[in-house]
Amino acid sequence: MEKVLNINLKVWRQANPEVAGRFEEYKVETSPDSSFLEMFDVLNEQLINSGQEPVAFDHDCREGICGMCSMVINGRPHGPKKAVTTCQLHMRSFNDGDTVVVEPWRADAFPVIKDLTVNRSSFDKIIASGGYISVNTGNAVDANSMLIPKDDADTAFEAATCIGCGACVSACKNASAMLFVGAKVTQLATLPQGKAEREKRVVAMVNAMDAEGFGACSNTGACAAECPKGIPLSVIATLNKEYTKAKMKGF
Amino acid sequence: MSLDSKIPKGDLANKWTEYKSSVPLVNPANKRNMEVIVVGTGLAGASAASTLAELGYKVKAFCFQDSPRRAHSIAAQGGINAAKNYQNDGDSTYRLFYDTIKGGDYRSREGNVHRLAEVSTNIIDQCVAQGVPFAREYGGTLSNRSFGGVQVQRTFYAAGQTGQQLLLGAYSALERQIGLGNVEMFARHEMLDVVKIDGVARGIIAKNLITGELERHFGHAVVLCTGGYGNVFYLSTNAMGSNVTAAWKAHKQGAMMANPCFTQIHPTCIPVSGAHQSKLTLMSESLRNDGRIWVPKKEGDDRNPNDIPEDERDYYLERRYPAFGNLVPRDVASRAAKERCDAGFGVGPSKMAVYLDFKYNLMNKYGKAEATKKGIANPDEDTLIALGKDVIKEKYGNLFDMYKQITDENPYETPMRIYPAVHYTMGGLWVDYELQTNVPGLYALGEANFSDHGANRLGASALMQGLADGYFVIPYTLGSYLSKDIRTASMPTDHESFDKAEKEVAARIEKLMSIKGTKSVESFHRRLGLIMWNKCGMARNAPDLKDAIAEIKALRAEFWSDVRIPGTDKGYNPELDKAGRVADFLELGELMCVDALSREESCGGHFREEFQTPEGEAKRDDDNYMYVASWESKAEGEWELHKENLEYENVKIAQRSYK
Ligand SMILES: Cc1cc2nc3c(=O)[nH]c(=O)nc-3n(C[C@H](O)[C@H](O)[C@H](O)COP(=O)(O)OP(=O)(O)OC[C@H]3O[C@@H](n4cnc5c(N)ncnc54)[C@H](O)[C@@H]3O)c2cc1C
Ligand code: SF4
Ligand code: FES
Repeated sequence: MEKVLNINLKVWRQANPEVAGRFEEYKVETSPDSSFLEMFDVLNEQLINSGQEPVAFDHDCREGICGMCSMVINGRPHGPKKAVTTCQLHMRSFNDGDTVVVEPWRADAFPVIKDLTVNRSSFDKIIASGGYISVNTGNAVDANSMLIPKDDADTAFEAATCIGCGACVSACKNASAMLFVGAKVTQLATLPQGKAEREKRVVAMVNAMDAEGFGACSNTGACAAECPKGIPLSVIATLNKEYTKAKMKGF
Repeated sequence: MSLDSKIPKGDLANKWTEYKSSVPLVNPANKRNMEVIVVGTGLAGASAASTLAELGYKVKAFCFQDSPRRAHSIAAQGGINAAKNYQNDGDSTYRLFYDTIKGGDYRSREGNVHRLAEVSTNIIDQCVAQGVPFAREYGGTLSNRSFGGVQVQRTFYAAGQTGQQLLLGAYSALERQIGLGNVEMFARHEMLDVVKIDGVARGIIAKNLITGELERHFGHAVVLCTGGYGNVFYLSTNAMGSNVTAAWKAHKQGAMMANPCFTQIHPTCIPVSGAHQSKLTLMSESLRNDGRIWVPKKEGDDRNPNDIPEDERDYYLERRYPAFGNLVPRDVASRAAKERCDAGFGVGPSKMAVYLDFKYNLMNKYGKAEATKKGIANPDEDTLIALGKDVIKEKYGNLFDMYKQITDENPYETPMRIYPAVHYTMGGLWVDYELQTNVPGLYALGEANFSDHGANRLGASALMQGLADGYFVIPYTLGSYLSKDIRTASMPTDHESFDKAEKEVAARIEKLMSIKGTKSVESFHRRLGLIMWNKCGMARNAPDLKDAIAEIKALRAEFWSDVRIPGTDKGYNPELDKAGRVADFLELGELMCVDALSREESCGGHFREEFQTPEGEAKRDDDNYMYVASWESKAEGEWELHKENLEYENVKIAQRSYK
């Protein structure tokens, strides 16, 4: 027979941003091979069948790449496992009879929409402020006319793997977005194509970050510890360096 | 109704150049007064929206996720093709064109495919300029790998997350235009109908998914970039939200659906593990560069794969297709896996899986090369494995991690277990050379259209097509259309056509909410998926397809009388949104079966058991079926077939052979 786990869930329920939320308790029977979100599918099926409202939560790819899933599980964004998103966390990481507490991301810049769903559009606004290289379609030179040392390409790639999930913000006691911003700044400042706008970019992005209500960084490192893509703390150092340099140049 | 593909006359290699140099233009002052709606922000949509905005049009873009960056394109893994010939291995625009036509089993248009091959090189340049960090060699040049169905290395990649990097490039271009005020972005919005005025597409009705309110949006043209419909099978490698709704609404408004039964079943996916399963996970085709596919020679062999000696393994792809080996096209590889499993040679708990084994190349290809580089003489097996592992990790690390996460097995040590799964839909909205549907002003780009892949898509070609459509084709072709529309002022959305469309959308939502039945939306979706997989999947036959049509009709009737949707139509209600999508799948599924039944031949991914060669390969019928099957919606469950005949002037058609 297939093994089953009995899980006691405490889930944050909040009908909309205007009303207060509270924890509700549920019991779910799940297979250890289920993903955490498939366990929530089972819960929701149960709720629907008994005439209750299912829990609203964000998800799409369920492959750890779109950055949409976002649950704080037993106090940790994306749960107990290192370098794993909520959707890639499997129930075999839990034991029969465990109580699991599930909450939405908590940050002023990410207001709750409903239950476990939050609004992260502030991240898009930061990118719109300068997280790009200004090149119109059709203006590009031959791709191999620009040689990029493999180490630089690798550094840029590593930073570019950020999925924009917001776990770093949720993990930070100040709700700082420095890891997210640092990742984009590092990617683009490392590549020769991105150097022309580096000063303008970093200042614009930091200003946007402040305007969106994210907090200051106090170097606790909680962000990198919880980042499902292993974005290293060094991107924050790069961000600080880029910012200081830009400011000194009068940007 | 006649279908004009509008392929320009003249030499194949000059068609696009001539089109571009003679196409009418819109002057900059007029562009500022013209509004374009782009639905979808995947590779096709983000590239189209940003490029059109750069040109000066006023763009409104829509997606149902919380951010344009999360479109399903983000999940593409293996890579993107381009005829750069950087490897000097004999690649050319013609070869990419030819491979694609042949790979598609001679069911796509020469003109479109050649254009795709031509612009493929511009895509790589554009992406690099945006800062997309493709894999590179130590000398600083771009790196390439091979994909199925070809004998050159033309695939550009960024580890196993190429789609992510390409989409983030297109997304950053889009966000730049949003920041500049040239694009207005509507995230968490779902398009629920196309609005036509005097037969021309003039806007959409969209639902704000957070407030539940319906909105009206005007556009001089509407561009649908809404992705594929593989989720009609319930289990697929698509993202959970991927759906057919936008394309289906367009279809109900008169746009034809072309070749809807052409579905790609991808050979290398993690097998189904249990009833809880909500989706299937792809293991990129790029893995077939270094992984060898096999099953035990002995039926029901339960030994640990590492204990099965070489001579007791059947590397069936290498055996059956020596010229292409493990890199045969997807349809061929999938059928071969099914054949072995059906014959009783499958592995794993369900016996519906085959092995994808990296050990040989890990040791012999990479391990030995690294040992030589490091000057290690006569390395032992453990050293070779350790050295090779690092190389494999760099190429496919994220895929191996994902495999381990899902199956709890370590693919560096034990062969992966894989099985085919639904992955991509070649069929889609019918479009002409200009990517315009048969409804004037309504365009379809990316996976949402049917255009370039015939009956089977080659790996790494969807990303190429999405970006070709968005960056390099639509800016010209839409300009041609809009140049004739410059006298049309933006229309107010209180026009009666908007009234009518909004009322109909609202009525349908009300009807869904009023059913108050007993079964969840999910349960209907699962049941539909099972019918589709069993009867319109990897192998099809007439009696099954007829059954499937009857079963889908019955299931649809049951849905409309017994579905239970909790909550209200006010505010955020994901169950209601899902119900609308499943309702559309319940209509599309029927059309797919109708199309599969009417195509009495096998070609590419469409395998009719009645039509096969003695070796079990797909047997085409070029005399009777060398056409695009375009279906016009007449009433619910009723369609009329229109045929667009395919003409091959440059390629000699032949039976596909990968032996
Ligand atoms: C796991 C996986 C791996 C893949 N790997 C590769 C690969 O390596 N190489 C390759 O070439 N191809 C690959 N493919 C295929 C390729 O990723 C897709 O075909 C391609 O990305 C589709 O892009 P698109 O822009 O057409 O649509 P999508 O990226 O699917 O985007 C659809 C967009 O439309 C929006 N949308 C849909 N409906 C509505 C609506 N009603 N209202 C508002 N918005 C709507 C969505 O929000 C989204 O923004 C892969 C596919 C999968 C599933
Ligand atoms: S830095 Fe890490 S935690 Fe933060 S958004 Fe990116 S992937 Fe998520
Ligand atoms: S659902 Fe896409 S990252 Fe989790």
